[in-house]
Amino acid sequence: MMDIKEILKERILIIDGAMGTMIQRHHLEEKDYRGKRFANWHKDVKGNNDLLSITQPALITAIHKEYLEAGADIIETNTFSSTVIAQADYDMQELAYELNVASAKCAREAADEYTNKNPAKPRFVAGAIGPLNKTLSLSPDVNNPGYRAVTFDEVVAAYEEQVKGLVDGGVDILLIETIFDTLNAKAAIFAIKNFFRINNIKELPIMISGTITDASGRTLSGQTLEAFYISLIHANPLSIGLNCALGASEMRPHIEELSAIAKCFTSAYPNAGLPNAFGEYDEQPHETAHIVEEWAKEGFVNIVGGCCGTTPDHIKHIAEEVKKYKPRTLPTVSN
Amino acid sequence: MNKTIHPYLRLSGLEPLIVRPETNFVNIGERTNVTGSKKFARLIREGLYEEALSVARQQVENGAQVLDINMDDALLDGVMAMNVFLNLLQAEPDIAKIPIMIDSSKFEIIEAGLKCVQGKCIVNSISLKEGEAKFIEQAIICKNFGAAVIVMAFDEVGQADTQKRKVEICQRAYKILVEQVGFNPEEIIFDPNIFAIATGIEEHNNYAVDFIAATREIKKSMPLTKVSGGVSNVSFSFRGNDHVREAIHSVFLFHAINAGMDMGIVNAGQLVIYDDIEPTLKQLCEDVILNINNDDNSATEKLISFSETVKAKGKETLKDETWRNESVEKRIHHALIHGITEHIDIDTEEARQKYPKPLDVIEGPLMDGMNIVGDLFGAGKMFLPQVVKSARVMKKAVAVLTPFIELEKEERRNNKSTALDSTEEKGPAKILLATVKGDVHDIGKNIVGVVLGCNGYEIIDLGVMVSADKILSEAIKHNVDIIGLSGLITPSLDEMVHIAKEMTRLKINKPLLIGGATTSRMHTAVKIAPEYENGVVHVLDASRSVTIAGSLLNPETKKTVLKDIKSEYDQLKIDFGNKKSAKQLLPFKEAQKNQVVIDWKNYTPVAPTFFGTKKFENYNLAEIAEYIDWQPFFIAWEMHGKFPAILTDSIIGTEATKLYEDANRLLNQIINENWLNAKSVIGFWETIKIAPDTVELNFNSENIRLEFLRQQIKKAAGQPNFSLADYIHPTEKDFIGAFSVTIDGIEKHIQNFEKNLDDYNKIILQALADRLAEAFAELMHKKVRTEYWGYEKNEHLTNEELISENYKGIRPAPGYPACPDHTEKYKLFNLLGGKEATGITLTESLAMYPASSVCGWYFAQPESKYFGVGKIDQDQLIDYANRKGMNQEDATKWLSPILE
Repeated sequence: MMDIKEILKERILIIDGAMGTMIQRHHLEEKDYRGKRFANWHKDVKGNNDLLSITQPALITAIHKEYLEAGADIIETNTFSSTVIAQADYDMQELAYELNVASAKCAREAADEYTNKNPAKPRFVAGAIGPLNKTLSLSPDVNNPGYRAVTFDEVVAAYEEQVKGLVDGGVDILLIETIFDTLNAKAAIFAIKNFFRINNIKELPIMISGTITDASGRTLSGQTLEAFYISLIHANPLSIGLNCALGASEMRPHIEELSAIAKCFTSAYPNAGLPNAFGEYDEQPHETAHIVEEWAKEGFVNIVGGCCGTTPDHIKHIAEEVKKYKPRTLPTVSN
Repeated sequence: MNKTIHPYLRLSGLEPLIVRPETNFVNIGERTNVTGSKKFARLIREGLYEEALSVARQQVENGAQVLDINMDDALLDGVMAMNVFLNLLQAEPDIAKIPIMIDSSKFEIIEAGLKCVQGKCIVNSISLKEGEAKFIEQAIICKNFGAAVIVMAFDEVGQADTQKRKVEICQRAYKILVEQVGFNPEEIIFDPNIFAIATGIEEHNNYAVDFIAATREIKKSMPLTKVSGGVSNVSFSFRGNDHVREAIHSVFLFHAINAGMDMGIVNAGQLVIYDDIEPTLKQLCEDVILNINNDDNSATEKLISFSETVKAKGKETLKDETWRNESVEKRIHHALIHGITEHIDIDTEEARQKYPKPLDVIEGPLMDGMNIVGDLFGAGKMFLPQVVKSARVMKKAVAVLTPFIELEKEERRNNKSTALDSTEEKGPAKILLATVKGDVHDIGKNIVGVVLGCNGYEIIDLGVMVSADKILSEAIKHNVDIIGLSGLITPSLDEMVHIAKEMTRLKINKPLLIGGATTSRMHTAVKIAPEYENGVVHVLDASRSVTIAGSLLNPETKKTVLKDIKSEYDQLKIDFGNKKSAKQLLPFKEAQKNQVVIDWKNYTPVAPTFFGTKKFENYNLAEIAEYIDWQPFFIAWEMHGKFPAILTDSIIGTEATKLYEDANRLLNQIINENWLNAKSVIGFWETIKIAPDTVELNFNSENIRLEFLRQQIKKAAGQPNFSLADYIHPTEKDFIGAFSVTIDGIEKHIQNFEKNLDDYNKIILQALADRLAEAFAELMHKKVRTEYWGYEKNEHLTNEELISENYKGIRPAPGYPACPDHTEKYKLFNLLGGKEATGITLTESLAMYPASSVCGWYFAQPESKYFGVGKIDQDQLIDYANRKGMNQEDATKWLSPILE
């Protein structure tokens, strides 16, 4: 397969849109989530979207194909919460590894089908590594700011298992995304570096994507964008960027700043606007695409796509708008 | 076009620190080191971490750019201490903003530290002391954490003391790090060992020279690397004489920095400026450091004898109370900025005696202080609760002066020889604020009033439920410069449009500001601005009111600002017009066919435990308080963020915590002293659905029909067009409930706070009453589900789950998205027994008074959920008006927010 680094120099690549939004459209019930295998599971599992890669793999693969059809070059595995820590909500810790393998396979199958159809446009699978539901820099207990619900070592172990599953399932890239606590992401990087070093495998490219939570321009754990960049650049990532929390228009100043300081490629996949009063995203595909187009025009980005609320239609519009523009050129790194 | 990124050392805490070639010497704070600071060591040993944090804070305040933290003490569990201290430190944004240097001779403590810090740290230190293998292993770990490293000039043989050895070891380490481990050269910092000089031992005399020369060579041969060192070591033999030590440090650094030293561990508060050192001492230091004129230790001897002649000057700073020793103006500024009321009466009185006229105190130190507050707030360095506290200080100070100002006026009036002083009649700009007719909510308006007051404007606050006529006649009477309107419920929007029309009719030419929860830029642009030509501006929150008022009151900026806003609003209006046609609405008949699909066959409505109403009075406030959702409380204070995470937020966490503590203090007082009367009425009735959007119930042998509105927007396949009526059984007998809650008795306490000039607690009390009303509604709903209606007897939900509405059944309120017609409230209150039973009056806009009230319907259907009706078309409007027996004009007025 062609080296993604080379392709990134040629054109702006498209990453897919929201998985959850697409799953929601199917109105799945508890029994659909359970499938046969977990029909008697002792806890409700509705909402455990990652589980669908095991119980409804055809559905997940179909969603991947919708995004590939829309023009996505990179699709994300359905593994946002596939860690021993996040799965504890459903008592499914034991399944963490298997979930990653299963999800990676769904995405792999879909991507390969499309690459075979058109080898000139190779498709890549990014193993999605989510932020966890427990954070290392913030205390969940107001009265005890020094308390942490989880330790660094536990987080590293959880991510290492996830990385193993994703690699075994055949992903091309590892994507640490929706980072709102930089220390969690540092643990993920630590786990990735460890995994490849110990197993003596060639390291896969890493994509890093942080989340600026509001207009303050900081992460939830309080870092400015540049501090965030500096804290994670040791991963030597393929790309660094932003996703979630903001719509494209709110994300613009931050992606502009990042494009000025990043020595690697940049990525941005915003939400479909800000949620309305009912928590729904109603920014239309052409609206999102219009803003993203302007980033491409300004030369801010190398990889674009969508997060919460975006659909294949959004991705299609974005892909069509940005294809006219050259990707952001990498800065020269002087010695 | 192609940018260049330079290989600078980049570090980060919450904020970045980039060491560029032109960057001055980087100060690394050393006091948070148990081996170097007795005080810090004691605090850590005794577990007084909060106080230990204040040591760190002091270092930052004194200019440390990196914080060195060391827990190497035989009596300490270093791993634990490092972990606890760093975790606590992360919650202090004013400290955590700078990068951390994790300092230990034990690598396990370094690792423990690296696991706690999100920013890019420096590890201090690793070395070749235990051989290459260990060095490489530790370096890889540091690299995987993304930390820069300090490499000590230390190898298998020992610590390097000569220039040659220092350079050799550093070069060897460099080669290993760059070639084998893959370290970036700019992330390697060498510490070529600063040893004590002037010890009396001749071999030590050249240590400083060796360090300086080695630094020069290291920087020359490995230009991207950095050099650091522990500066205070050099003067170790002068312990106890800080005066001399500081001079030695300063002279040493002068030479070392010239040679290329980039950073050093110093006591950030204690460096004298090189040029300020007295010449004799400076010369003696030069000799000792550069090892000149030092045969037979003669330079050392001279410095020692000099040092005996100078007494160390104690420099202990008692930070907290020193401001009391400043001038009265500074004290007033300090009190205003920090919101301290404690000494303000005395200070104001002192200022009054100092200044010729009492008014001068207001226009001088008080206004200057408030201007600083305004600037800090504008720059995002102060937050709303702090500003309100500042305003409290200001009000108290003004109260001290007022009798004297009055007295002076009196004297002037009596003294006919003095001509009328016209300049004093011309006061500050005046801003009129009012909550419009029919609306009772005023927390936001009060906050805006306080904030604008802080910025030097005179506020004329007309209160709540003010008619257009009153607002405009007062505006004319006082010749105000700006009119500000506030409203929380949707009918207030129409009232604002009406006021704008009236302003045009009365030829008023002052800008009109629009604010409040229900208002929006879009509504202002589309509906209000076209009615009034002399400036209409929507103001999002209190912080923005200041800049907008400022620019509107400055004749130079006013024109351009209004022009800009006008063109922005015109564009919005055009966009709105375009968008309108894009939204697709279904014919109402079709929408009615697309109901919510519910499996009625497998559902039997549960009968409530009683019919009719049940009244509650003086409900236990402590129990209600357990159901408070704090997030909206902070939003009222313009502090946005999730609760409780907001309390540890890096930017507003400290202030949010203070506010939370103050609010809880007041809440406890409210509970303990029974300030408020929590009243509620709930009721249940049998009901039948008689049409797709109509349910009928029998009340006092009269048939009451409740009319609901249905979504009409074209939905995606499989998505229903919701109406609340869909949750009532289509064919069989079903049940519906209603409730009201209110928190009564706030007025007396509001007045007391007003009397004490305490806006801060007044606004807290108002916001708390709102929270209590919401909490009470939540509590009653739970009791209804589990007890009074009893359709969900086995529910066990936490408060968080309640807040995220994880329960079965809903309690929508007339006038809110699921049933946007406010006029249905008449039926609801009628069913509950009216004002007499509920203690609530409805205004002409159907706002509830007391303002802290909530009402709604209860639906028990497990599938029921909250939704928004959204826009409806004329066909539904006509049908709805007919069903309700309302004329179409009235229906259009009440439903205007949801009409296309």
